[in-house]
Order: sequence, then structure tokens, then C-alpha cells
Amino acid sequence: MTDLALRRLPADRERLLRLLQDYGVYAGVAVLLLVNIAATDNFLSAENFRTQAVQVAPVLIVALGMALAIGSEGVDLSVGSVMALATSLLSLYLGYGLWIAILVAVVGGAVVGIAGGSLIAFVGVQPIVATLALMVAGRGIALVLLPQLKDVRDPGMASLGSGDVLGVPYLVLIAAALALLVAFVVRRTTFGRQLLAIGDSRPAAKLAGLPVRRVLIVVYVCSGVLAAVAGVLATARLHASDPTSLGTLMELSAITAVVVGGTPLSGGRVRIGGTVAGAVLIQLLTATLIKHDLPPSWTQIAQAVVIILAVYAARERGKR
Amino acid sequence: MNGTATSGASGTGLPGAPGAGSAAPGQDPDVLDDEPAGASRGERLSALAQQHGALVTLVVAVIAASLSFDTFLTGDNLENMAVSSAFLAVVALGMTFVIITGGIDLSVGSLFALGGVLAAWGSRYGTAVALLLRLAVCGLIGLVNGLLIARSRLAPFIVTLAAMLGARGILLAVTDEGTETYLVDKSSFFATLGQSKLLGVGLPVWITLALFVLGAVVLRRGRFGQYVYAVGGNEDAAALMGAPVARTKTAVYTLSGLCAGLAGALNAAWLVSGVTILGNGMELEAISAVVIGGTLLTGGFGFISGSLVGVALLKVIQNVINQIGSLDSAYQQVVSGAFLALVVVAQTWLGRRRRVL
Repeated sequence: MTDLALRRLPADRERLLRLLQDYGVYAGVAVLLLVNIAATDNFLSAENFRTQAVQVAPVLIVALGMALAIGSEGVDLSVGSVMALATSLLSLYLGYGLWIAILVAVVGGAVVGIAGGSLIAFVGVQPIVATLALMVAGRGIALVLLPQLKDVRDPGMASLGSGDVLGVPYLVLIAAALALLVAFVVRRTTFGRQLLAIGDSRPAAKLAGLPVRRVLIVVYVCSGVLAAVAGVLATARLHASDPTSLGTLMELSAITAVVVGGTPLSGGRVRIGGTVAGAVLIQLLTATLIKHDLPPSWTQIAQAVVIILAVYAARERGKR
Repeated sequence: MNGTATSGASGTGLPGAPGAGSAAPGQDPDVLDDEPAGASRGERLSALAQQHGALVTLVVAVIAASLSFDTFLTGDNLENMAVSSAFLAVVALGMTFVIITGGIDLSVGSLFALGGVLAAWGSRYGTAVALLLRLAVCGLIGLVNGLLIARSRLAPFIVTLAAMLGARGILLAVTDEGTETYLVDKSSFFATLGQSKLLGVGLPVWITLALFVLGAVVLRRGRFGQYVYAVGGNEDAAALMGAPVARTKTAVYTLSGLCAGLAGALNAAWLVSGVTILGNGMELEAISAVVIGGTLLTGGFGFISGSLVGVALLKVIQNVINQIGSLDSAYQQVVSGAFLALVVVAQTWLGRRRRVL
């Protein structure tokens, strides 16, 4: 599909770049898939696909919230700490029942979202700084609540982490459902349209009478809740709560997935399909490098290069 | 003591700065000294709070701490705090320039660690190699940051975020995935740089103070400093006035990379080894220190001396938390985060008050 579209176009550089930004991530996923099919042993096994999909699910869920924040011309650096906070709360409240524990964890994420959103919407603090403060404080609170790793031996959590429906793991189903939900919200609801308008130009949105503050707070609450859900699911998969390391550098992976997926950092546009593909691309890249015995340090360098390339490709389409 | 040096330098106005700088909005805090007659008392108070709030808080914190803990005002404790502040202060120095241009540098923590490891590795070939190697590598990464931000117009936070990841990757690659620790020969000149004392105070502290005086002079007196304020105040206006916007931006990120690398090297000399796990979260500490010191994150306004006060305040708070003892490092994070949020909220409100009134 990409090829056809490219051939029809004249050598118009800007349109080519636009296509690259819109569909480059899918092409990248396709190339990585082909490379792996050709060169990686046991790549085409159901087991491997399951493993990869389960690993990508939490990153994708966090990235969905990040896409909303970036679409509103913001960013949420607190997501990794929210995951840690969620896992701590989960462990503490598991004694009261699984659903109550999950509810408390999600409420914790929402509270962080309200704090960040209020700083941004009411006080006018820049999103990077507001969420940076919450990133530090959030992990601190998570560690105060649960100072070290704790095993989670709840049967409900275990089945959430490793159960499946017709061979599709719960984690993947939940991630897919949330992606569809967020895509629907962005495209079909008033909230979605207001969010994009605010990301496009906050002053203009304010002049047009949109409820700018309310929408911004809801955006960061969504991001916090999604990150908390990702924290719960990651805990279920790992069978342990580890507030020290759960979610570290997650903000980076999420931002990468969103940006690589074609959502501009300048706001006003959200591409959920691209975000899904972006998360898959990072996962495949990491898996490919590790499977071919390249050390983890190379994964980090490769991820850094991919971020820069994606942002560079998107640069031409910045707001005028 | 450094604070007086800076305000003294700026108090005399800006001779030899033809027009360019004086047009940048909010550029010179000392405008307040000869406030126009219309300035209200509230406006003046909020400006003063913004300028000297950190210093007042620092004095209060020091007095409170020395009254509460006998162990606070001892020579050992003070010297310890000073040396451990020195490394963060050097990082914050570079960060101040970046933030005044309206940017942000998230890669400093990684560059700090990378600089330390490279210096420790290089020290076996002599101090010159130790210092030049990290100068070359960290400066180069800073330069690439700057070029991508200034020439390709990419967002600073995403470029430096990628650099943070990339530099950490290089660090892991250099140290055999973090398993190798390079030691510095204790008898080498490089080690004495970090270990020796002058007048009872560690050499890193003196080096840091010298760098701050130099930085303050460059920012306040040099043409480069004028450009830095102008770019942060209003980039388009700066360009129209003939300020080399792209070159200035490239320079501040290079400077920040160099500072972070140097701080890492000094730290390695002090610890006599290149420790790979250092520098995590350092970007946040540096940004906090700069912001607490009164520099506006929106750019165009700030002071070098404030960043030094900011670093001192952060370290005093950390020290107090350590002295309380029952509070562990997790509480330290909660307090630091809350404190940063508080300062930024206060700053935004004070700034808004000034603008509105």
C-alpha cells in the first residue's frame, strides 16, 4: 500500500516526507518482521508471538495516555512512577480483594493525574516540569508504601497475567480494547475534538470558549489511569511488585512509540494506529537486537537513534 | 560569597552592550534597583521574592538545621556537603545557560556518568588524556544536541532525552555492560585533583567556585551572555536584532555537555573510580537547583549565583533528611519532588503578579 502511494506521487519532497511520517512506522514494522522471519530462529512460532505481544501490552497502554498528553501539546513524564505507585498500592490492598486492590491502584494513578493536570491547567506550569516533579515524588511515595520487592501470590492476579481467551492473552486483549477505546474517544467524541483543538492552539481554543482547563485535567487523569492499569498488568505478568524498577524509562519508551507513530510533538494531532505500530516497532527492535546477541547497551543507542530519526522526519510538518 | 560577586557585576548595568541585550524582556533583574515610579509595592515585593527567595530560604534552613542538630554545623559535615554539592553545582552551571535560552537539557545525568567513566579510564594514560577524552566525547554529544535543536529545530526535551538514552548506552558499551569499573591510580595527578585540599576545603569546591565566577562574568559581561538572554527572551526579536540565534543555542548545549562531563570527571577523581550507576535523576536535581535559584523555565531571565544557592539549598535539605535518619531516601524523593513543584508554583504566581500589575 505504501509502495503504490509512493509511485503515484511526483518527486514532491514535502509530500514524500508526509507519507514517510504517516506510514513510515508501518514500513519499519514490516521491514523488521521480514528481517526476523529471514534471519531469526523460531521467530514464526505462536509462542514467540505471544511473548512479544505480552511484552508490548504495558508499553502500549502507557503510550495511549502519552498520545493524549502529547496531542494536547503536553507530555507526561510521571507515567513510569505511576506504574510503580500502582504496583505498591496493589500489593498493599490485595488483602481486601483483587478488585478493590486494582481500584485503589487506578485511583492512585488518577490522583497523580489530577495533581499534574491541575499544575498545568490552573497554575500554568509547563507539562515537562510539572510531571517531572511528580515523577520524582511519585516513585518516592511508591517506595515509602512498599520499600522493596514483594511477591504477588494472588490466584486472580496470576490468571490475569498468564490467562488467555482462545490463545490470545488477557493482557493483549485489554491493550487492544483500550487502544480502540482511545481511538474512538479521539475521533468521535466532543472531548477528543476539544483536546485536538487545545493542542493545536491553546489561546485559540480558549477564545473559542472551550473548557480548556477541564479538558487538560481529564487528559492527565486519563494518562495516569492508563499508566496505573499498565502497572497492574505488569505486576500480574511478573508475579511481583517491584516499585524500585517497575516503569523506569517507561516515559521514554512511551514517548518514542507515540512520536515514531507519527503524532507530532507540537500537538493538535493524535495517531492511535501509529502509536500501536510504534510500540510494536520498539518491541521488535529490542527483540531483534537481543536475539542476535547484541548487548542491551546497543538497544538503548538504537532506540535513541530511532527517536531522533522519527522527530527529524516529523520536523517538516511542525506548526506554521 | 559568589552571590555578591555576581550582583556586584550586574549592579553597574551593562556597559559595552550595544542595545542588543537591553531590549530582551525581563533580562536584567537589577532593573529593580531603579524601579520606575509607577511600580507598586506588591510588584517590587514579588520581584524581590523571586530574586532572593532561595537565599532567604537557605539562611532559614541553615539556622533551623543548626539549632536542631548539633552535628549540622560541624566542619566535617559542612565540608562534606560542600564537596558533594560541587559536582551538582557544575552541572547546574551549564543547565542555567540552557534554561535561560528557554531550553532544557535532560542528558546531563548520563553525561555526568559517562564523563566520570571516561575520565577514570583515560587517567591511566595521564591527566591530560583523562580530561581531554571526556571533553571531546561529552562536548561532542552536547554539540550534536545543540545542532539538532538549533539547526534542525527539534524540541530540546526530546533531543536531550534521546541523548540521555544514547549516552547511557555508550556508557554501558564502554564498561562491558556496566560490569567493569575503572579505577584511578591514587598517586596520579588526576586523583590529587579530586582529593587534595586547599585551606581545609576540597579542591573540587574551589574549582567549582572559580567556574561560577567565570560563568557569571561570561553571562553578565560578555556579548555571549547578552545573546543568551536575548534568545531566551524572544527568539524572533533576537534574530531580528542580529543575534546569532542558532550559534548561541548550539553553544549552550555544548557548554552544558562539557559542564556535565567535567563534573563527572571531578567526581571520578574524588571517588578515585568511574562509577557507572551515578547520575540517575541528576538532570532533575540540576533543573530543580536552577529553578529554585530564580531562573525562569520560560527563558530570558535568571542568575548564575541563584543556581549556586539552589544547589546549596537542595543539599542542606538532603542533609537534614539524612540527619533525621528515620527518613530514608524514599522520603527524600517525595520531599524533593514536592519542593520542586512548590517552587515552580510560587515562581509562576510571582511572575504572573509582576506581569499583570
